[in-house]
Amino acid sequence: MNILVCIKQVPDTKIIKVNPKTNTLDRSSAPAILNPYDAHAVEEAVRLKKIHGGKVVVLSMGPPQAKEAIKKCVEIGADEGYLISDRRFAGADTLATSYALYKAIQKLMDEDGIDLVLCGKHAIDGDTGQVGPGIARRMEIPPLTNVIKVEEVDPAEKMIKVRRKIENGYEIIQSTLPCLLTVEKEINEVAYSPLPNMLRAARYNPIVWTVDDLKDVDMKQLGLKGSPTIVGKMWPPAKSDGAQMLDDEGDVKKQAEKIVSLVLEKRELFEAKGGER
Amino acid sequence: MSEKFDVIVVGAGPAGTSCAYTCAKNGLNVLLIERGEFPGAKNVMGGILYRKQMEEIIPEFWKEAPLERPVIEQRFWFLDKESMVTTSYKGLEWGKEPYNNFTVLRAKFDKWFAQKAVEQGATLINETVVTECIVEDGKVIGVRTDRPDGDVYADVVVLADGVNSLLAKKLGFHKEWKPDQVALTVMEVLKLPKKTINERFNVGENQGVSIEIFGDATKGALGTAFLYTNQDSLNIGVGTTLSGMIKKKMKPHKLLNELKEHPMVKPYIEGGETVEYLAHLIPEGGYKAIPKLVGDGVIVTGDAAQFVNAIHREGSNMAMSSGKIAAETIVRAKEVNDFSERTLDVYRTTIYDSFIGKDLKKYKDAAHTFEEHPQYFEQYVPLMNQAMNTFFTVDGTAKWDKQKKIMKSLTAGRGKLGVAKDLYRAWKAVK
Ligand SMILES: Cc1cc2nc3c(=O)[nH]c(=O)nc-3n(C[C@H](O)[C@H](O)[C@H](O)COP(=O)(O)OP(=O)(O)OC[C@H]3O[C@@H](n4cnc5c(N)ncnc54)[C@H](O)[C@@H]3O)c2cc1C
Ligand SMILES: Cc1cc2nc3c(=O)[nH]c(=O)nc-3n(C[C@H](O)[C@H](O)[C@H](O)COP(=O)(O)OP(=O)(O)OC[C@H]3O[C@@H](n4cnc5c(N)ncnc54)[C@H](O)[C@@H]3O)c2cc1C
Repeated sequence: MNILVCIKQVPDTKIIKVNPKTNTLDRSSAPAILNPYDAHAVEEAVRLKKIHGGKVVVLSMGPPQAKEAIKKCVEIGADEGYLISDRRFAGADTLATSYALYKAIQKLMDEDGIDLVLCGKHAIDGDTGQVGPGIARRMEIPPLTNVIKVEEVDPAEKMIKVRRKIENGYEIIQSTLPCLLTVEKEINEVAYSPLPNMLRAARYNPIVWTVDDLKDVDMKQLGLKGSPTIVGKMWPPAKSDGAQMLDDEGDVKKQAEKIVSLVLEKRELFEAKGGER
Repeated sequence: MSEKFDVIVVGAGPAGTSCAYTCAKNGLNVLLIERGEFPGAKNVMGGILYRKQMEEIIPEFWKEAPLERPVIEQRFWFLDKESMVTTSYKGLEWGKEPYNNFTVLRAKFDKWFAQKAVEQGATLINETVVTECIVEDGKVIGVRTDRPDGDVYADVVVLADGVNSLLAKKLGFHKEWKPDQVALTVMEVLKLPKKTINERFNVGENQGVSIEIFGDATKGALGTAFLYTNQDSLNIGVGTTLSGMIKKKMKPHKLLNELKEHPMVKPYIEGGETVEYLAHLIPEGGYKAIPKLVGDGVIVTGDAAQFVNAIHREGSNMAMSSGKIAAETIVRAKEVNDFSERTLDVYRTTIYDSFIGKDLKKYKDAAHTFEEHPQYFEQYVPLMNQAMNTFFTVDGTAKWDKQKKIMKSLTAGRGKLGVAKDLYRAWKAVK
C-alpha cells in the first residue's frame, strides 16, 4: 500500500511573536518546525506500512529550508520525500496550495500509484484545514476529516474504516480507497525514532521539483496569481472579561446557589451552541 | 544491522565539532552525536571566542561565521561596594582583520560550526543522548544511545561531552569532580538596542567590549563576573568555585541579581530585557585534575578533559585545539589501522607539549592558592579602592602624607610581612 503524506513546515506558534503594529506573525522570531499534526500523519502512515507493506512518501510545498521538515519525516520512518519549491508557487492561498500539491501528486501517481493520502487536521500557522479537502476534491477522492483512529484497512478490497471526531463524540465511517484522511493528534503517539532512522535522515537529501518538473500546469492557478483569498484585516482576539470570584466567606452553600443563579441568568449562552436542548 | 563508522564523536560543542570537522576533512567516516535539539541549543559560554584556534580549523572563518562583535577593548574592573578601580586596553587594530577575538552567542555559533562539519562529510544527529560506551575486552568499540536500536560502532570514540563527562566517568577515567574543581556560573542575555549599546560602551558599529569584574561581584569568593557586548544584546554573568559558593552560602542567581543591581553595573544594563537565563559548570581543576585522556579506542577532549584556563577564561579555544589534535591522532592511527591506547597516546603527549598543557601547568597552583588564601579577593580589592580614593580626594593633605597613609592601611590588615608573603605567593602561583 503506497501512502502519500502532505506535510508543511511552519513557524513554532507556541513561541512566535506578533508584530504589534501590523498584527502579522513575525516568522523570523520562531524556529521552523514540522506541523505537529503532520508528524502524527506520518507516524500513522508508517504504522500502516508496517502492517500492509508498500512505502511512505512525503510531499511538501515550501522554500528550500522545508527540506528540514521532510528529513524529520524520514526520522519518523518515511521512505522518500519530495519538495516542490519555486518562486512561482509563492504567495499561494489554500486554493493555489492544493492545486500545486495536486499537480505533484499526479506525477507521483503516474510513477508508483497512491492508495491513501494523509494530511494534518490543519496547519498551526494558517489554521484553515482547507488544503486536505482541497486536494481530495481535485483528485476526486473522498475526504475523511478529523480522523482519530484507523479502524480497519483492506488494501485488496480497497476499503478503509475510520473513526472521526465530531462535535458530540465520534462516528465510524467506511470509504473506498484511494481516499484522503486528515488526522487529529489523538490518532497516535509519535514514537521516539530509532537510531537507524536518525542516521538515514541525517544523510537523506529530499528530491526537489520546480514548476518545470510538473506536467500540464496551468500557470494562472499558481502562487499569488492563483490565490483569490484577500486578507482584509488581522487582529488579536478580544480579551475575555476574566473570572468572577465567589467567596461569600467560604460558605459553600451560598457559593453553589450563586453559581446556579448565574448559569440560569446566562442560559442563552449555553443554548445558542448545542442546539438540541 | 548496526552501522560502523571510523569515528564517533559524542557532543557537538567546540571540541566535538572541531574533531568531527577535521576527521571528515581527512576523509574519515564520522558520526557526530548531539543530545540538544541542535548543536548549541543549550550550550553556555560567556562569549569570547578566540580567533587563533578557530582559524587553524577554518581559515578566515570570520567572513562567514555568525559572530557578534570583534572585541576592540578589554576592561578590567576591581569592584568595591560603591567604587571601582579600572584598567583597560583599547586597540582599533583588533577591529580589523585578522582580529583578536570575538563575542559570540553559542546557540548560533555551534549550529553554524556543526553545519560546516556536515559539509565536510560528517553525519550529524541531534536529540540523541549517548548513555554509555560499548566496551569489549577492555576496548571501546562503539556507543549506546537512548534510542531504539540505539547501538552504533566505530574504531574510535571521542568523548567531547563537556564538563560533567558522565561517559568518561563511567569508563573510570575520572571520579566525580570535587567542589573546588568546578565553578558554577550563571548568566543572562539582555536584549538592548544596538545604538544604546554603542553609546553606553563608547564604541562604533561592529566594535565590541569585554569587561572582567573582580571583587565585590563574587563577595570575595574565588571567581569573576563578566559583561560582554553582542550586536543587540549583552551577556552578563558571574561564577565562583562550587566550594566558594558552599563556603559563603551563596546562591548563584542571587549573586547575579546583586551584580545587576550594583551601582557600577546597573547603568550599563538598564532597560535590558532578559531573553535567556543559563547556568553551567566550568571545569577549573586545572592541570592536576586532568583525567586519563586516552584508552583503547577512546579519547577525551575539551571540558570533559578539564582543559580550561580559568585565570584567562580560555576554554573554547582549548576545546577546539584538543578536538583537532584528537582528529589528527586518529587520522594517523587509521593509516596503521591500530587504535590501541599505545597508538592513540600520541594525543596525550601532543596535548602536554601544546599551549594547553603548558598553560595549565603554569597556573597549576593558582586556583588552589587563591582559594586557600581568600585575602586576595576579600581584602585587596577594597584596599585598592580605598587607596585610590585617598590619593585622589583633594582635601588639603599633602600627597606625601597620603602615600604614607595608603601604605599604612595596606599593611594594617596583614602586616608588612603578610603583604610581602601574599605578593610572593601570588607571583609564584602565576609565574
Ligand atoms: C488569514 C490568512 C493569512 C495568510 N497570509 C499569508 C501570507 O501573508 N503569505 C502567504 O504566502 N500566505 C498566506 N496565507 C496562505 C496560507 O499560508 C496558505 O493557505 C497555506 O499554504 C495553506 O493553508 P493552511 O496553512 O491553512 O493549511 P491547512 O489547510 O490548515 O493545512 C492542512 C494540511 O494540509 C497540508 N498542507 C498545507 N499546506 C501545505 C504545504 N505547503 N505543503 C504540503 N502540505 C500542506 C498539511 O497536511 C496540513 O496539515 C494566509 C492564509 C490565511 C487564511
Ligand atoms: C558561563 C561561562 C562562560 C564562559 N566563558 C568563556 C569565554 O568567554 N571564552 C571561552 O573560551 N570559554 C568560556 N567558557 C568555557 C567554554 O564554554 C568551554 O570551555 C567550552 O564550551 C568547552 O567546549 P566542549 O566542546 O568541550 O564542551 P561543551 O561546549 O560543553 O559541549 C559539549 C556538548 O556535548 C553535548 N553532550 C553532552 N553529553 C552528551 C551525551 N551524553 N550525548 C550526546 N551529547 C552530549 C552537549 O549537549 C554539548 O553540546 C565559559 C563557560 C561558561 C559556563
